[in-house]
Amino acid sequence: MSKTVKLRKGLNIRLVGGASKVKTDANVPKTISFRPDDFHGMIPKVLVQEGERVKIGDIIFQDKYSDTIKYASPVNGTLKSIVRGAKRKIMEIIISCDQDQAPVEASAIDLASLSNEEVKTKMLAAGLWPFVRQRPLDVVADPSNAPKAIFISAFDSSPLGPDFDFVLKEKGKEFQMGLDAISKLTEGTVHLTVNGTITENTIFSEAKGVQVNSITGKHPAGNVGTQIHHIDPINKGEFVWTINAQDVALIGHYFLTGQYCAKKTIALTGSEVKNPQYIETISGANVSEILNGLIASDNVRVISGNVLTGTKIDKDGHLGFYHNQITIIPEGDQLKFFLTKGWLGPGFDKFSNSRLFPTFLLGKKEFTLDTNLNGEERAFVVTGELEKVFPFDILPMQLVKAAITNDIDGMENLGIYEVAPEDFALCEYVCTSKIDIQDKIRQGLDLIAEECM
Amino acid sequence: MKFLENIVNKMEPKFSKGGKLEKWNPVYESFITLAFTPKHTTKLGSHIRDGVDLKRTMITVILAMVPALLFGIYNTGHWEMVAASGDLNLPFWADQGEKIMKGLAIVLPLIVVSYAVGLTIEFIFALRRGHPLHEGYLVSGILIPLIMPADVPLWMVGVATAFAVIIGKEIFGGTGMNILNIALTARAFLFFAYPTSMSGDKVWMAGEEANVDGFSGATPLGDLASFMTPDAVLQGTPIEAGTNAMEQFTASHSVMDYFWGIMPGSVGETSTFAILIGAAILLFTGVGSFRIIASFFAGGFLMGLILNGIGGPYLDLPSAYHLVLGGFAFGAVFMATDPVTAAQTGVGKLIYGLLGGMVAITIRVLNPAYPEGVMLAILFMNVMAPIIDHYVIQANIKRRLKRVKAA
Repeated sequence: MSKTVKLRKGLNIRLVGGASKVKTDANVPKTISFRPDDFHGMIPKVLVQEGERVKIGDIIFQDKYSDTIKYASPVNGTLKSIVRGAKRKIMEIIISCDQDQAPVEASAIDLASLSNEEVKTKMLAAGLWPFVRQRPLDVVADPSNAPKAIFISAFDSSPLGPDFDFVLKEKGKEFQMGLDAISKLTEGTVHLTVNGTITENTIFSEAKGVQVNSITGKHPAGNVGTQIHHIDPINKGEFVWTINAQDVALIGHYFLTGQYCAKKTIALTGSEVKNPQYIETISGANVSEILNGLIASDNVRVISGNVLTGTKIDKDGHLGFYHNQITIIPEGDQLKFFLTKGWLGPGFDKFSNSRLFPTFLLGKKEFTLDTNLNGEERAFVVTGELEKVFPFDILPMQLVKAAITNDIDGMENLGIYEVAPEDFALCEYVCTSKIDIQDKIRQGLDLIAEECM
Repeated sequence: MKFLENIVNKMEPKFSKGGKLEKWNPVYESFITLAFTPKHTTKLGSHIRDGVDLKRTMITVILAMVPALLFGIYNTGHWEMVAASGDLNLPFWADQGEKIMKGLAIVLPLIVVSYAVGLTIEFIFALRRGHPLHEGYLVSGILIPLIMPADVPLWMVGVATAFAVIIGKEIFGGTGMNILNIALTARAFLFFAYPTSMSGDKVWMAGEEANVDGFSGATPLGDLASFMTPDAVLQGTPIEAGTNAMEQFTASHSVMDYFWGIMPGSVGETSTFAILIGAAILLFTGVGSFRIIASFFAGGFLMGLILNGIGGPYLDLPSAYHLVLGGFAFGAVFMATDPVTAAQTGVGKLIYGLLGGMVAITIRVLNPAYPEGVMLAILFMNVMAPIIDHYVIQANIKRRLKRVKAA
């Protein structure tokens, strides 16, 4: 049953600053936060007053329009503030943490005795549901849908992405338990897709009760969207749920102990990090203490997540809910003289998928890339370049154009249901016309959500 | 470069919003972004971006045209001297200095007029729309002189350029939005508006007015077209009735003679060799589509063979000749590959190129009114490209719909 997929298209962006396989425990952060924007389209209804005390696993807020989906506090502490933006939109919910982070006592849950519906109810009540995301739309899953399959990617192929084998090495039991619980959420198959280039046995290849597929190729081979497309593609009206590998272990931890736990291991990466490494911290943790003394230069951008899809945060910002990585790269807000570092320069410092730069001569060299746009936005001119990094049987440029022009029929026909913004991250990277393709796709998905779902 | 940077930093406030010269910001930006890659950083989506931008892409295309341009300058100078002396057998590789000077005297004004007119219009539109100059015209501006006959009056180049930029491009929204290739629009405009200046045997060599009596500078294509008429001519000499004109034609020059490009013609189109150097640059860097170039040549060759099969005074021309004569190679490499007006899907590009090559040779051979078919063929295919893409896209959609039924 298990499938083997080989991809020819894609691009591995070689960056300086991969994390060495050393894990340190971070101290308890001063604060943790939830950013409602991490859960696209969700409007929170906060259930706790500012200043109120919360314990690990207490529900902090729920989805205003889908109130069974609840969000639990990962720490013992006090709700410090609710930061609001324009039109009183909630930007961030910040909880200050106690020193004592002992979990509330609880006992293991006997999964075998629970019906499928009860597993779902347990997960919803415990605040574990936000870990489950759905395609189409790439949002938190709607628990009332019946997914035809659940996909879990066992590796992260994005630039400097964390190595899940290393991250979950000691969590084999939790991971398997998580898989068992997740299997109860669908009548269909649970797919776990491993990196085909890794041959030794890992907790992933030994996973039971799921279909283990393997995929080889460059990024975006590790993106769950690519895997779905090649293993069991989504058609109109179908739903597929996806869960991050590390979050599977958190779900497993809950069923093993009865305790909510949002501790995760993140990779601290990027060219501007001294001593890139793995760090164990809490979901949503404030990064200022983690980064203390580790940032190599002043003018940097701190990204929660990877360089392609992550969120820009402040130096004392918070880790995103779904992110397993912090990346720090130099800001590129300098003028670059055209003959030296600019558009007509030799370009040995630029990583390009095209042969207009000598990247292809430089073998395995790793690059330090900054945040400069390297040009200005233009209309689409060059054709055929997006296709080279987009391993889907979907016409990327036509789909993006349909999204830009709000062409609902066009988007449906061209495959909008199968894609998420992250699948287009590489297209956006290589685009000569510097169009913000991920944002266009997100707007297209919003329109589809409004009109067709 | 600190010095230049300081100037930019000083000027910036004047041209930015609220500044004294705010209105002129697009012009300011156009020049500053030539000198410096701007400090724009990524705001949405991917935090890092590929180094490649439209400026680098376009400059590569211009670079690829340089061999054809240089050869064109020398070749134009050569034929001007031929016309002046009336000696068709003037050695090509002699009096280099004089030929280069004469060639420059003809080609440089063409380039200057094309850029001056085109960029002026582009700047007017850029100011109206409030965006910096887009790079598209940098390429069109050099393409236009390269496909002009050497003797075309400069005012005509100016008028044609203005027509092409305004009607061909700007009314559609500028770079990236046009339906027809800009340079070919310019040439088509001249072709239909001033036909006597664009075809026949009087325009291909500069200095024709001071012509020696009885001398004609027709292009090989002009000669070939005459084979279809009762008055067949080969390099100015009438061909005797009853003899095989095609045999005399192929005997006078081999494919390789024409491959090097020592023949009268538009400035940049004659030397297939120089054009192929450009093609190598485009293909190596990936700027030009291999699918289009290869299938365009294949289409032309195939159509040549088909016509050979039918047979006729012009139809008998060996297929290989078609590829090196006239603007075929230039069209295939620099015109058909224009990504904006070509088909945009992978399969579409193959069909587009193949049909383009076939139509070009069909028009060239079967329509004696148009000695050159490449221009019309590519313009025609530009119009057809969206239809080709449409069917490729439909095939993709159907393939994915079938998946549902299969499951």
